[in-house]
Amino acid sequence: MTAGDVIIRVDDVVKHFPLRDKVFGSSGVIHAVDNVSIDLHEGEVLGVVGESGCGKSTLANLIMKLEEPTSGHIEYRGTDLATFSDEQLVTYRREVAMVFQDTFGSLDPRMTINDVLTEPFTVHRDVLDKDLWPDKVRALLKLVGLDPDHANRYPHQFSGGQRQRIGIARALALDPKVLICDEPVSALDVSVQAQIVNLLKDLHDEFGLSYIFVAHDLSVVRQLADRVAVMYLGQVMEIGDESDVLLHPSHPYTQALVSALPTADDQGNVTGERIILSGDLPSPANPPSGCRFRTRCWLAQQKCTDEEPALIERGTGRPTKCHFVTADGTLVPHMPVGV
Amino acid sequence: MSDPLMDVEGLEVEFRTEDGVVKAVHGLSYGLRKGEILAVLGESGSGKTVHARAILRILDSPPAFVTGGEVSLDGTELFPLDEDEMVDIRGARIAMLFQDPHTALDPVYTVGGQMIELLRLRQGLSKREAKAEAIDLLKRVGIPSAEERLKAYPHQLSGGIAQRVMVAMAVALDPDVLLADEPTSSLDVTVQAQVLELLKSLVADSEMSMVLITHNLAVAVAMADRIAVMYAGQLVEIGPAREVYAKPAHPYTAALLRSIPDINVREERLPAIKGAPPNLLHLPAGCPFNPRCEYATEICLREMPPLESVGDEHASACWHWEEVVR
Repeated sequence: MTAGDVIIRVDDVVKHFPLRDKVFGSSGVIHAVDNVSIDLHEGEVLGVVGESGCGKSTLANLIMKLEEPTSGHIEYRGTDLATFSDEQLVTYRREVAMVFQDTFGSLDPRMTINDVLTEPFTVHRDVLDKDLWPDKVRALLKLVGLDPDHANRYPHQFSGGQRQRIGIARALALDPKVLICDEPVSALDVSVQAQIVNLLKDLHDEFGLSYIFVAHDLSVVRQLADRVAVMYLGQVMEIGDESDVLLHPSHPYTQALVSALPTADDQGNVTGERIILSGDLPSPANPPSGCRFRTRCWLAQQKCTDEEPALIERGTGRPTKCHFVTADGTLVPHMPVGV
Repeated sequence: MSDPLMDVEGLEVEFRTEDGVVKAVHGLSYGLRKGEILAVLGESGSGKTVHARAILRILDSPPAFVTGGEVSLDGTELFPLDEDEMVDIRGARIAMLFQDPHTALDPVYTVGGQMIELLRLRQGLSKREAKAEAIDLLKRVGIPSAEERLKAYPHQLSGGIAQRVMVAMAVALDPDVLLADEPTSSLDVTVQAQVLELLKSLVADSEMSMVLITHNLAVAVAMADRIAVMYAGQLVEIGPAREVYAKPAHPYTAALLRSIPDINVREERLPAIKGAPPNLLHLPAGCPFNPRCEYATEICLREMPPLESVGDEHASACWHWEEVVR
C-alpha cells in the first residue's frame, strides 16, 4: 500500500438530494451518499466500485466540488473545501482534474482539439504564457499517444479511444496532482480499453499522480488500483488493499459482485461458483433499515434488519460493514449455494 | 451435422450515407441449429446488430438496404415474403430482445396492457385468458408478485425487471429463434448474471435456438455452444465456443482475448490491440484487420482471406491462421 500523506480526506460525508413534487407537495430524499469516509493518499490509486445508484459518481462530484455535501467534510491537504477562499479554489481546480466517461458529451463538437486543450489556460491565465501554448498542446498530444499534427481537427474526427485520450490530455493540461476518473473506459470498445488503461498506468508512474478511479468493471480496477472501496446504496461496504478486496472479498456484496463476472480457464471451461443475487437494487430514496444489503443477501437474519453493522475491522485486516465477517475471511452462519 | 434451423447465406447490408456507401455486413453466412446458442461477438460497427435487424427485416431503410444474400427458416426464404407474411414470422417464429428495455417498452401503456394486447392479437386469446397467460409468463421469467406488476408502467420498473418483462414478451409466442441483442449490456453486473441465467434456462427448457449478440467474450463462452466473431461486417472466425476461446484461430480473436483484463492477474501492461476499430467508410484493402494485426504480411494488404476450415466445425478467415493457433 502506498504510504504517502493524505491528500484528499472524505470525512463522514452525507449527500441527500431532495425529492420534491410540485403538484402534490410530497417530498423525500435520495440517499446518494451516506456517512462515507475515505482517504486518498499521495501517489495512490483508489478504486471506487459499485453498481448504478451506489453513489460512486456523486462521490466523485462532491470531491470535484461540483456538489456540496449535506453534512460532513472533504479536505484537500488538510483544508476543508467548504472554507476555501477564491484563490484556494482556483488552485484546487488546477490541482484536481476530472476524466469523464462520455467522450462525446464531454468534448464540445465545435471546438478544435487545440481549443479544447488551451481552454484551461484561458481560465487559469497566469499558468502559461500564450506563446508557449502551441508547444504545450503538442506535448500534451504526444503524451497521450496522439499525433501532434492533429490539433486542428474536431472531436468527431477521432475514434472513441482517441477522444478519451483527448479528455485525458485536457485533464493533464494544468499539471494536476489528482485525477478523478469517472468510468473512463466503460464507454470504449473492448479492444481499445486496454490502451487507455495502459495510458493511465503510464501517467501515474511518470508523474506520481493520485487517482480516484470510479468504475464498475472489477477486472479493470484490478489493473490500476492500490486500494478498493466497494459501495452499495450510498455506503462503503468494504475497503482495503486491491488484492485482498478483489481476490478474497469478505463482504457478501463484494463476493457477489466478484463472482457475477463470468470467467473461464485456458480451456474455455467456465470457472468459479457464481453467486446469483436475487432481486434488484432497492431505491436510494427508501433504503432498507439496518444493513442496506440485507434485502439481497443470502445471509440476512433478523439482526441485519434491526441493527446497522458498523464499517469496522473484523479480523480480516480491513474494514467491512457486515455482522457476519470472521477473522479467517469466511462468513458465518453459512456459505452461499453456488449456481 | 443436422440441417440448420435458420440459415444465413451470403448476407449483404449496405448503408447509403451522405459520405458514401458503407458495407455494414459483407458475405455473412452461418447456420443456426435447433436448441443451440450461437454467440455473435463483435465491437461497435462490426455489423452484429445490423445483421439481426436484417434477418427480421426491421432495418431503417433508408439508409440501410439488404443488397444480397438470403435467410431461410426451416426451408422458408424470408426475403421474398411480403410484409403481411413477415409480420407472422416476427415474434412467433423469430423474436428479438433489445439492449435497452426502457426504450423497447411503450412508456404510456402498462406492462399488462402491452402483454395482453400482444397475446390477444397474436394468439387470439380472450382478455381473461390473455391476462392469465401474461401472469404465467411473468412468473416463468422469475418476476415476483406478477399480478401486481401487470399494473406497472415501464418507468416504474428497474432495468432488471424491465428486461425480464421484455424476455417474457419475446418468448410469449413460443418462437423458434430468439435474437438477443446485447440483452444484458445496459444492466448492472449482479443483475446481468440473473438475466443470463434466465436466458440459458429458457433455451435449455425449450426447443428454442438463440443468437446472442454480445461484445463480451466471457459472456459468450459462458453462454454459447458456438461463437461467431465479426469484424468490420465480416465473419472472421466461427467454431465451438470453448475451442474459439481456448484456441482462437484468428489474430483478432486471439488479441481480443489477451487484451481483456483478468481480475485474477494484475498486469504490468495489458497486451492491448493497437489502433482503433475500423472506420467502415475507409476500410483498408485486403483483410480489414491488417492495420492492427501482428501477423500481417503483403498478401493481407491485397486480398481478403477466405473462411477456411481450421478444425472440426471451426473456421477462420486468416492467411496466417496456422501461425495463430501454434
